[in-house]
Amino acid sequence: MSDALETQDPVTMLSTPIRLDYDFTAGVAQSRSLRGYAEGRFVGQRCPVCKKVYVPSRGSCPVDAVPTKEEVVLPNTATVTTFCVVNVPFAGQSIEIPYITASILLDGADITFMGLIQGIPADEVRMGLRVEAVWVPKEELGPTLASVKYFQPTGEPDREISTFREHL
Amino acid sequence: MNQRCAVIGIGQTHHKAKREDVSIAGMVREAARAALDDAGMDYGDIDAVVIGKAPDMFEGIMMPEHYLAGALGAVGKPMLRVHTAGSVGGSTAIVAAHLVATGIHKRVLTVAFEKQSDSDAMWALSVPQPFAAPLLAGAGGYFAPIIRAYINRSGAPNDVGMKVAVKDRLHALKNPYAHLQLPDIDLKMVEESIMLWDPLHYLESCPSSDGAAAMVIAAEDVATAQEKSTGRSAAWIHGMAMRSEPTMFAGRNQINPQAGRDCAKDVFAQAGVTNPRKELDCAEVYVPFSWYEPMWLENLGFCDEGDGWKLTDSGATSLDGGDIPWNCSGGVLSSNPIGASGMLRFLEAALQVRGMAGEHQVADASKALGHAYGGGSQFFAMWVVGSDRPA
Amino acid sequence: MSTAPQPKQGTRPVAIVSFAQAPTQRRIEQANEVELLMPVISEVYAQANMTKDDVDFVCSGSTDYLIGGPFSFVTALDAVGVWPPKRESHVEMDAAWALYESWVQLQEGDLDVALVYGFGKSSLGDLQRILALQLDPYTMAPLWPDQVSLAALQAQAMIDRGLATEEDFAGVASRSRRDAMNNPNAQVANDLDVATLLKEEYIASPLRRHCVPPLSDGAAAMILVAGDRAFDVVDRPAWITGIDHRIEAHAFGVRDLATSPSTTKAAHMAGVGEGDVDVAEIHAPFAHQEILLASALGLSSATTLNPSGGPLAANPLMAGGLIRFGEAANRIMDGTASRAVAHATSGPILQQNLVAVLEAAS
Repeated sequence: MSDALETQDPVTMLSTPIRLDYDFTAGVAQSRSLRGYAEGRFVGQRCPVCKKVYVPSRGSCPVDAVPTKEEVVLPNTATVTTFCVVNVPFAGQSIEIPYITASILLDGADITFMGLIQGIPADEVRMGLRVEAVWVPKEELGPTLASVKYFQPTGEPDREISTFREHL
Repeated sequence: MNQRCAVIGIGQTHHKAKREDVSIAGMVREAARAALDDAGMDYGDIDAVVIGKAPDMFEGIMMPEHYLAGALGAVGKPMLRVHTAGSVGGSTAIVAAHLVATGIHKRVLTVAFEKQSDSDAMWALSVPQPFAAPLLAGAGGYFAPIIRAYINRSGAPNDVGMKVAVKDRLHALKNPYAHLQLPDIDLKMVEESIMLWDPLHYLESCPSSDGAAAMVIAAEDVATAQEKSTGRSAAWIHGMAMRSEPTMFAGRNQINPQAGRDCAKDVFAQAGVTNPRKELDCAEVYVPFSWYEPMWLENLGFCDEGDGWKLTDSGATSLDGGDIPWNCSGGVLSSNPIGASGMLRFLEAALQVRGMAGEHQVADASKALGHAYGGGSQFFAMWVVGSDRPA
Repeated sequence: MSTAPQPKQGTRPVAIVSFAQAPTQRRIEQANEVELLMPVISEVYAQANMTKDDVDFVCSGSTDYLIGGPFSFVTALDAVGVWPPKRESHVEMDAAWALYESWVQLQEGDLDVALVYGFGKSSLGDLQRILALQLDPYTMAPLWPDQVSLAALQAQAMIDRGLATEEDFAGVASRSRRDAMNNPNAQVANDLDVATLLKEEYIASPLRRHCVPPLSDGAAAMILVAGDRAFDVVDRPAWITGIDHRIEAHAFGVRDLATSPSTTKAAHMAGVGEGDVDVAEIHAPFAHQEILLASALGLSSATTLNPSGGPLAANPLMAGGLIRFGEAANRIMDGTASRAVAHATSGPILQQNLVAVLEAAS
C-alpha cells in the first residue's frame, strides 16, 4: 500500500439504495376474504377434517394439510383474547403511537387475527373484552383488512378468560 | 448419532450495535479464525462449512454465503446455508454436527452471523403486505400479547420479567463479548425504561447487534487428538433435536408450544437426562424478551407448568447462588446478532462444559443445554453437551 | 429379491421413491405459494401411498427475495401439516440442497422417510435486479449486473477457449425444446432447427434468446426413503449411490469461468465415472452451461442429456435443481435408465454445484 493511501481514513460505510417492486399473489382462498372486506364482511373457511373455522381464508388447514373450501361468513362481534400497547417507532410505520393491537377472536371463528382497538382508554383494555368491527364508510370499502377501521367495545360483559384459553 | 462428535473450537466476535470497522466477510472471519485457533486448526483442515443466518433482508444480500465462500475458506468444499428463522443458529450447528455424527465428514466449521446495522431488521420484519392492516410492529409486537397471556395464566407478579432483565445484564458484565454492558442495572432502571410493547419495557427486550459465532465440530478420533495437542478439552455432544409446528392453527398453545416440549423430551432422552434442573449444571436458552425465561423453564421441563416464574423469582436461575443458572453469558437479552444468537447459546453451553467460560463459568459444569427458538415460537433446536464422552 | 446398493458416501442406502412438480408457467397468478405447493405435496404422498404421518423429516428450499418478504418458508409450512410437531429444516438454497440435508438426516438410523420440497416464483419481481443482490455487496451488487450479462461473459470465455461455438449453444437449445414437447410440465417446447435459432438477435452477445432460460413459476416435491422399505413403496427406487457438492470462489476474476472445478470434484466424489451413465439431468439454466457441465461431469456422448428439456424448457428458481433430481429419478423408476446423474447449481454463474448418482438395484 502506498504511503498516500495509508494516511487516508478507511471507508467504513457504503450506501447502496435498493428498490425492488413486487407483485403480490393473494391466492384463491385469501382473495375470497379480501372480496369479503370489500363488501364489509368477514369471510372464512372451515376445514373439512377438523371442522375448525379459519379467518381470513387460507386455502389450507395448517394441521391437516388439506384444501379448505367450505365458506363461512362471520359476524362483526368478537372477543379480545390478548393485546399489546405498541409504543415503538419504526421505518414504514403508518399508525400514530401508542396504539393497541389485539388478538381478535370473531364469534364463530377458531383462530385470532391482529386488530386495532379504539374507543376505549388504553389502560382499560383487557383480555376478554367484547368488541365489534367498525368498517370504513361504504364508498371507501376495498379488498383489504384496512377496510376495518378498528374494533371498539360493544359494552357487553367480558368473556371469562377460561372460555377462550385455547385461542390466543 | 452413529458416531461420537464434539465441539473442539469456539469463536465469537465482540457483539456491538455497529461494527463499522469490518465488512460482513471480515466479521464472520473473526469468529471463524478464533474457532480454528481454539481447535488448533487452519482453514485447510476443514472438510465442510455450514453457515446460518436469519432473513437475508436483515443485510440486504440474497444468499450471502456465496459471497462469503472465500472468506470462510470454503472454496473447493461443500458449503450449506441454513435458514430456520430465529432458531437458525442452533439448527445450523445441528446440521453441521449431523455431518460429523453420520461419518460423512470429520471436521466441520459452522458459522452464524447477523450484521443488523447493514440494514434495518425492524423494517425487514414488518415489511408492509398488500391488503393487510399495517399493525405489525416487529418481534416485540408479536410476542408481547403472548407474554400478557402467560402472566394472566400463571398469576406471576408483574416484576418477574424485570428481574430476568436485571439478572441477565448482571451476567453480561462477566462476559467481555456481550453487547450490553450496564454496570448500574437494577429493577428501577428497567422499570423506568420506556414501555415499548406493553407489558414489555425497553430494557426487557433484546438489543440489535452485529456479531458472529463459529464452532469447529469434529469426529471422536480428531477431537481426541486435538485435545491432546491443544491441551483444551472438547465439549461432547450428548443429544441434539429439532422440532417445528405451524405458525397459527386453531387451539395452538402459543405460551407453551408442543414443539418445544417434544424437542426437549427428545434431546433429554438422548442425553439420558431425566430431571434437567437437577442433572444439568447450566443452560443457555433463547430469551429475547425477559418473560421467555419463566415460559421456557416450564416448556423445557425445568419445573411444572405455571411454576416457571417462581424459579426466576427465587433466584434459582442466577449465576450468583442459583442451583440452575440460565444464560450466564448474558443471553440474547445482552447480545442479539439474530442469526448468530442461537449458535451463541449452543456455543456458550459448550464453553461451560469445557471450563472455558471465564468469569461467567459455572464451577465444575459437566452438562449443559443449548437452546434456540424461532418464528412464532414454532421452530426449536436444542443440544446437550457434556465434559464426558457420551456412553 | 432386490437389495439396496451400498452408497459411496454414508452408511445407509437412501432412495427417491416419488416425485411431483407443478406444471411450470411464466406467471401463476391464481395460486399463492401454499396453493401452489399443496397439490404437489398431495401428489407425492399419493404416489407413495403415504400420509403426512409417515414422514419423519421435512426439509425445504426457497428464498425470501423472490417474494419480497421475510420468512416465506414459514408460510409454506401450511401446505405440509407439521402437526403433531415434526423434525423440520430449511435451506435458503435450491431444494436440491434440502434433499442433501435430508439424505444426511436419513443416515441416522432412527429416521426412515423424508419429504423434500422447493418453490419459487420468478414472476413477482424483476428477477435480473433481484439476483444482482446475490453478488458481493461492496464491490459488485452496487453495479446491478444482470445474470444474463454475467452468463454471457462465461459463454464468451468458452468460445475464446475453443470449447464451444454459438452453433453448439443453439444445438443444445434446439434439442432441449424438442425433448420438452414430451414433457407436460415444460414451458418452452417447440421444434426449431439450429439455423432458425441462430437468426435470433443477441440478448447479450454471444447469447441469443434461445440460450437463456424462461422465467418460471413452479414448485416440486419428493419423498426419500431409507433402506429396504423403499422397495415397499415402488418397484424400482432410485437409489442415491453417490452424492457430493462443492462451492467455488465468488469473485469472477479469480475463477476460470470456462470450467467448473466444483462440479468435477463433486462428480468425482459421487463416483459419476465409475460406470456408464444412461441419463443425466443437468441444471444448466443457460445453453452453454450444459456443454460446460457435461464436460465437467466427465459424461460421454453415450449419455442422454436432459430428456425432460432441462432448465431451458422450464426454470423455476429454488425448485429447478430438485426437479433435475426428480426427472433423473423418474427415468430410473420408469425403467428407461439403470444409472443416472442428477446435477443442481446455485449462485451466480455456476458458483456452487451438487452432483448425485442415482441407480436401480441390480
